[in-house]
Amino acid sequence: MRNFKTLASAIAVSAGLAMAALPASAESVLRVAMTAGDIPVTIGQPDQGFEGYRFVGYNLYDTLTLWDLSQGETAADIKPGLATSWDIDPNDHTRWIVKLREGVKWHDGCDFVAEDVAWNFARVSDDKAPQFNAKQFADIRNRTGIIDKVEVIDDHTVAFITKQPDALFPYQLSYWFMISRCKLTELGNDYEKYAVDPSGTGPYKFASMVAQERLELVKNADYWDEKRIPKHDRLVLIPMPEATTRAAALLSGQVDFIEAPSPDTIPRLESSGMTIVTAPYPHNWSYQLNFVDGAFKDVKVRRAANYALNRSEFKALLGGYMIEGYGIVPPSTPYYGKPEYVYEYDPEKATALLKEAGCHPCKITLAISTSGSGQMQPLPMNELVKSQLDAVGFDTTLDVMDWNALLDVGRPGREKNPQIDGINISRALQDPFSALIRHVYTLQHAPKGSNWGHYTNPEVDTVIDEIYAAFDPQVRMEKLTKLHEMMVDDATMLMVAHDVNPRAIAPNVKGFVQAQSWFQDLTPIVVE
Amino acid sequence: MIAYILRRLLFVIPIALGVSIVCFALVYIAPGDPLNTLLPEDASAETIAMVKKAYGFDKPIPVQYFIWLGKVLTGDFGNSIASGRAVTDDLFKALGNTILLAGGAVVVAFSLAFVMGLVAGYHSGGPVDRAVTGIAVIGVSIPNYWLGIVLVIIFAVELNVLPATGMGPRGSDTFNFWEWDHFRHLLMPMLTLSMIPIGIITRTTRAAVAEVLNQDFVETLRAKGLGEREILVHVIKNALPQVLAVMGLQFGYLMGGSILVETIFTWPGTGFLLNKAILTRDLPVLQGTILVLAMIFVATNLVIDLLQTMVDPRLKRS
Repeated sequence: MRNFKTLASAIAVSAGLAMAALPASAESVLRVAMTAGDIPVTIGQPDQGFEGYRFVGYNLYDTLTLWDLSQGETAADIKPGLATSWDIDPNDHTRWIVKLREGVKWHDGCDFVAEDVAWNFARVSDDKAPQFNAKQFADIRNRTGIIDKVEVIDDHTVAFITKQPDALFPYQLSYWFMISRCKLTELGNDYEKYAVDPSGTGPYKFASMVAQERLELVKNADYWDEKRIPKHDRLVLIPMPEATTRAAALLSGQVDFIEAPSPDTIPRLESSGMTIVTAPYPHNWSYQLNFVDGAFKDVKVRRAANYALNRSEFKALLGGYMIEGYGIVPPSTPYYGKPEYVYEYDPEKATALLKEAGCHPCKITLAISTSGSGQMQPLPMNELVKSQLDAVGFDTTLDVMDWNALLDVGRPGREKNPQIDGINISRALQDPFSALIRHVYTLQHAPKGSNWGHYTNPEVDTVIDEIYAAFDPQVRMEKLTKLHEMMVDDATMLMVAHDVNPRAIAPNVKGFVQAQSWFQDLTPIVVE
Repeated sequence: MIAYILRRLLFVIPIALGVSIVCFALVYIAPGDPLNTLLPEDASAETIAMVKKAYGFDKPIPVQYFIWLGKVLTGDFGNSIASGRAVTDDLFKALGNTILLAGGAVVVAFSLAFVMGLVAGYHSGGPVDRAVTGIAVIGVSIPNYWLGIVLVIIFAVELNVLPATGMGPRGSDTFNFWEWDHFRHLLMPMLTLSMIPIGIITRTTRAAVAEVLNQDFVETLRAKGLGEREILVHVIKNALPQVLAVMGLQFGYLMGGSILVETIFTWPGTGFLLNKAILTRDLPVLQGTILVLAMIFVATNLVIDLLQTMVDPRLKRS
């Protein structure tokens, strides 16, 4: 009997110890493989293109206007973020009154107030301010350059004075991340220290970082938007630039979510139970054209090139993972409109237009890259473009270079590269300025802006001026639609494809909704 | 011997200076611009000029070189343009990771290749020789990035016994060589990286041993009644300088890191670092990494030369 009691006690103690050893509840972790080669910088404006914005920017930080990424049915638009409202001063169209959200706290515990906004503006505009950072200035200058000054009206109201009227200004605010004045001041304005101890107001807090290898963020349980408090405890971001490695990491269970699997790995991923999610998003795989020096200054040649492309062959090449491109923006964009010219494949018409233009054979040189952000499968796609163009009477030379070298051709514009007739740089079309205006506005001629080929059209300029002055959203939408139709009809680009941004997700990951955006919301994801 | 070492060390100075000029100039000659990845694609000319000034790219290239060299001499390689981190931190951390990977590959490759080459050379012309030569040819011919992908498909994806990527379950900062859960991350990249040196060193050892075996002194040793084991010791000693020279070169190559292998396995070494720096034209990282790797190569050659001299004193006299 005594032995039995001893044994029973021993079992009870062992069971108790075993129970105590078990965690109260296992931490749920979402591990994401990014295409980036390094951790995006964590000091506010991220690097690594929009992938940095997607995974670090909007997770650690907030912007005054945020993107509504809660659904995938229509193109994402902006919504209130750290700003609850923004109104143009009816008496002064260069003065925006912005009401700020009350009760928001930084991850370090300080309150978010209007002074933080003015301080953040100085950090990216005033090189005399102690918090100024040259790289951050460079990263956001194209968005904040329109701001003349920021006035603090009260603790939760600021006024932005713009250099000229700009009805699209609220979109610019959606790219500018607010960082903590408290934290940076506490760290003596040392951005190297801040990078490993950052503080924002976003849905995730910084946990740890191994440079070049992994960034770990944890749920911000006190996030001001209760609907967006993450449904998992920890988010691990891993740079993995090689597509095959990302697919292997997902298949072997090292990660749960991968960006941009290559089309040839998708059948294997699907057969292993992975979910492939896709959605149209504001992306355009196209060529910006030279409107001054070569054959493309004639609209007939531009239209001929667009008629020459059999876009269904590109879709087959990519395993179906693209949308055929007949416009500057994808057809689901609210301001797509009804362009008069629909460039369905018509090789006879293309040849006839070239002969009419007196350019047959029509020599052109296209600058392309071997890889790069948003470039999809650049080599086979460009080869297909060349073969289809040459079949109707073009004589195409592909000038192949690496991504950085192509950017070097793209930035200074056609003046420095008159021998180039088109550049294949895929652009983000996230907002109306990025999508349309910057490519065709005379004031955006490169190197000042992104109008690489120096397109000049007074009628287009007039419409753009009207857009900037249209503070009524409905009027603005009408003008934007008209602008898009004009750009398509005048064949301002060689339009080929819109990416659908495939992602592969492990079967235990639920709840992700892919928005029609470059940015995505990971907070609803449940890891089972 | 000390005078010889000092003389060789003196030669390193002009070599280091030459390497620094070449690596500084190369990254400027290549098309592209570090500001392309630093700046938004539609940055204005005013923004570009401001950033150029902030990073010192507005100064003439020779001036930039001497400023850089002055800092390097004090051990400061500057800060990465892309990440803002100190190059010295990233570089020496990556170097440590590459040395671990390359060290493993060296142990595997040198030991296997030396034994295989010795056996093949000793049995020159026989079936063992042909089998070993076949393995060596495969080692040299198979692109290691292809082999890496195949290994990942077999061991990570299909069998799920080894991890496909990374350095340890929580990154290199917590990597523990002695724990299986960490060590297994090393296995596939190490094996992949060792294949080419296995091929090259096996062939060199085989040729050296076969050549020495044909020399008259081996016949003399046999005539004097020495056993095969003693003869083999003499053969190894005579073949060693040639094998050491090739091992030294391979050691240098391995220490330089493999861009392809490290990228496939996301191994955070110098190859991975260089790949990223090349794509983004991150000049401080590129210049610092190339210079340090070149110096390692020079130092490795120096050590091998000294080892060869110790093994074969005739070299010192020449």
